[in-house]
Amino acid sequence: MPAAAQTGQRRVAVDVLRRLPEFLTIWVPLLLCAGHLIAFALWTIWVSFTPSTLVPVAGFVGLRNYTAMMATRNWQIAFDNLLLFGSGFVLLSVLTGLGLAILLDQRIRGETVLRSIFLYPLAVSFVVTGTVWSWLLNPGIGIQKLVNGLGWTSFRFDWLIDRDMAIWTIVIAAVWQSSGFAMALFLAGLRSVDADLIKAAQIDGAGPIRMYRRVILPTLWPITVTVVVIQLQFAITTFDLVRALTGGGPGIATQLPALVVYDFMFQRGLLARGAAAAVLMLLILLAVLLPYAAWRYLQRRQSAHA
Amino acid sequence: MPEKTFTPSRVLIYLVVSLIAAAYLVPLLVVVLNSLRTAEEIAQTSMIGWPRQWAWGNYAVAWGDFCIAQTCAGIRPYMLNSALVAIPATIISTLLGSVAGYAVSLWRFPGDRWIYGVVTLGIFLPQQMRLLPWTIVLRDLSLTNTLTGLVMIHTIQGLSFTTLFCRNYYIAIPPELMRAARIDGAGFYRIFWRIVLPLSPPILIVTVIWQFTHIWNEFLYGVTFTTGQQQPITAALIALSASVADIPQHGVQSAAVMMAALPTLLVYLFGGRYFVRGLTAGAVK
Amino acid sequence: MSALTVHDLHKRFGAVEVLKGINLEMNSGEFTVLVGPSGCGKSTLLNIIAGLERQSSGSIQIGGRVVDDVPPKDRDIAMVFQSYALYPSMTVRQNITFGMECRNVPRAKRDEAVGRVAKLLQIDALLERKPSQLSGGQRQRVAMGRALVRDPLLFLFDEPLSNLDAQLRVEMRLEIKQLHQRLGSTIVYVTHDQIEAMTLANRIAVMRQGVVQQFADPETVYNRPANLFVARFMGAPPMNTLAARLEASSGGAVAVIGQGEAAIRLPVPAGSEGWVGREVVLGIRPECIAEPTRHFGDAPDAALIIAARVDMIEPTGAETIVVLRFGDDRALGRVSPDLRYRLGETAQFAVDTRKIILFDSASGDRIA
Repeated sequence: MPAAAQTGQRRVAVDVLRRLPEFLTIWVPLLLCAGHLIAFALWTIWVSFTPSTLVPVAGFVGLRNYTAMMATRNWQIAFDNLLLFGSGFVLLSVLTGLGLAILLDQRIRGETVLRSIFLYPLAVSFVVTGTVWSWLLNPGIGIQKLVNGLGWTSFRFDWLIDRDMAIWTIVIAAVWQSSGFAMALFLAGLRSVDADLIKAAQIDGAGPIRMYRRVILPTLWPITVTVVVIQLQFAITTFDLVRALTGGGPGIATQLPALVVYDFMFQRGLLARGAAAAVLMLLILLAVLLPYAAWRYLQRRQSAHA
Repeated sequence: MPEKTFTPSRVLIYLVVSLIAAAYLVPLLVVVLNSLRTAEEIAQTSMIGWPRQWAWGNYAVAWGDFCIAQTCAGIRPYMLNSALVAIPATIISTLLGSVAGYAVSLWRFPGDRWIYGVVTLGIFLPQQMRLLPWTIVLRDLSLTNTLTGLVMIHTIQGLSFTTLFCRNYYIAIPPELMRAARIDGAGFYRIFWRIVLPLSPPILIVTVIWQFTHIWNEFLYGVTFTTGQQQPITAALIALSASVADIPQHGVQSAAVMMAALPTLLVYLFGGRYFVRGLTAGAVK
Repeated sequence: MSALTVHDLHKRFGAVEVLKGINLEMNSGEFTVLVGPSGCGKSTLLNIIAGLERQSSGSIQIGGRVVDDVPPKDRDIAMVFQSYALYPSMTVRQNITFGMECRNVPRAKRDEAVGRVAKLLQIDALLERKPSQLSGGQRQRVAMGRALVRDPLLFLFDEPLSNLDAQLRVEMRLEIKQLHQRLGSTIVYVTHDQIEAMTLANRIAVMRQGVVQQFADPETVYNRPANLFVARFMGAPPMNTLAARLEASSGGAVAVIGQGEAAIRLPVPAGSEGWVGREVVLGIRPECIAEPTRHFGDAPDAALIIAARVDMIEPTGAETIVVLRFGDDRALGRVSPDLRYRLGETAQFAVDTRKIILFDSASGDRIA
């Protein structure tokens, strides 16, 4: 029955044509996005194994770029700084965020205004934050000068130009900018604690400290992990803030991995080394994200066990 | 409902909270006040102080006359650049994201979970892994050092966030609505236009706020892919600081910083709870 | 000695008065149920008894002691919540002993108490698990264990079975009843389910919009409801309430439902003669309208045969519910499942005249 088969085929063809715009609307943007992610990541990884300098060239040099990069003082300082900055920043912003959330949870007046105050830094660019804090922390015109001017002439607050302490200025600025985020998440968590749980604890006789310690804060554990992971991700890839606040200095004292990547890729014309640094950054990030994903997966399996 | 008692412990709470709030406001206050002080005054008495004379002229200079790198046209061209990048990129990525989110959560198609998974991975992939490839792509498309190039980059990358936001919002829509619509004979576009989009204003506001803030404040791509007159305001601010390293003009600089931060601050003030919803939505990865 | 006395309790939230003068007295060992539709104030009353909220005026005594200024933990009470309220980060054992921990009870005594309670509720195997690993029924038992271990004067239950599925609810209802009989505890139990109220309570307090409508044992509340609200709230399907006229007749007063020939005439209880000539509401429960061969109780003349038109038939398997036309009104009857009717046919039914109740149509209060 060739005629019937033909009409059948034609019908299918018409149907496909009719649905083509819809098909394109769905797939083109998604494919562009997904495709660029995979392609770019893979391509950068490929470049990291080539001898590229000013332009990408083909070739395979094994792990030479990686070993060379990790041997540079730039990278070593950047990595050490990352450990310091990462742990300091995450710890302080989590504690600050949690503290602020608990304070705001006490049903105080003006809570909305206070929340707006703690959150506004998130609306502002890291470049702005870095610039403003670079002025405040500058011993010549900032806090030190103010306090000296008020009479306390021996006051020193010159971390910005101190090779050993400069990294902490970045911590300060970053905590100022990002604790509001932690606070917002913790506050949402505190507010979503089952009211009956609080009542039961009141009947059981828990005072305010025990109530927070044994009943309320343990329920915040998942949120805490989420906040830590997000803040770590920010810490690992931070570039804007450092550029604006210290420019990586004094000297290279506040180098961080993201700056090293930019430096080698675009300022020194060593594309392959830069790519290797970028991949190293990715690996550090994965070292945080993969355990987190695994933990979430295990959690979900465990609670489905009822 | 606020408590009405005033025990000593509550007084302490108010005190601590007020102190911390003051600490948070100091940088903003410093910038605002300094933008109205003269450079000499600041050099004499530090960045933190009340203006002795009100230097309103700082704003005019920062806007139109100030010299950054070689050009002396103030920050106006750079603010314009940022706007010409942020506004189109926000609109396009939000629209595309809502269609994509709808397609993935409500319309459904073979492979939707996979493609969605890869798209949202974009939230985690560091910018540094994408810098080099984008330079090549921009060069091949002759878009190096153009605003169009930046718009393209921010749109495609923004899809990761906008799709995530919209999808998480749309999955709360009852699937029965879709089934009823399809029985009524509605197709892909009609369902989106007549049913999904009218339900979307809250998430569209959240997404627009998030994208605009993110793109306006973005620095790395601005400084990597554009130079000179094509740069966005964030890159221009850094260049500004570099140009005046020898003769600090902190008054004018503060005015520049203030104007650069104003758009996203205003969005934040008017966006209010939508801004916060974006924060918590972004955390639900 | 009364275990719980609530004296003239009022509670206002701003301009809204949620509890309007509650007076209740419960004896030791009694199982009291507070029942009513949502918004009637029963949960607020329970919270005030527990000390979680403060009354606007009035007083509470627990075990003869005035507790108005006493915090919840010192009122010698325990509470079981609708959402169980188990501490998710603690094991079952820790959940049960948390109150004792707060009171610094030594570990040995804590373990002994947990063991005792776990055996009673059969949850000993679950002691080291976390709440997320338990089923709904298990969680409810742990919540009860936490309450039991305090050995309080008063147990407060806030809709504990509402979150369970129907079958589990029936099982747990039985368990709670058995526990009460074994332990002889004094219980105040809040629910919106009138079946739970009927099966569990020694006395029921029916509440509506902050006022106790009736406080009596189940039999009284069911058969001699204080007003129309109580009559309609208790019992499913609800009591038939029909507009009627009281007329004098040779054998005493008679309630007339409907007009003309199809009107239904039913005898009324003694004491309602003063209402002759007035409009009243007649109440009769569906199980009191049955097939004509039914014998109600031992009284041979309890049943009056009437004729009514069958508008609708609803067979439930165990019986058949018939919707009958009484004048302009509908009345439900419950007949044997073996009978067959045709829609629209007029058939004969037996009415249990002992159970007829009259209400004042204006106030809703029971007349007789």
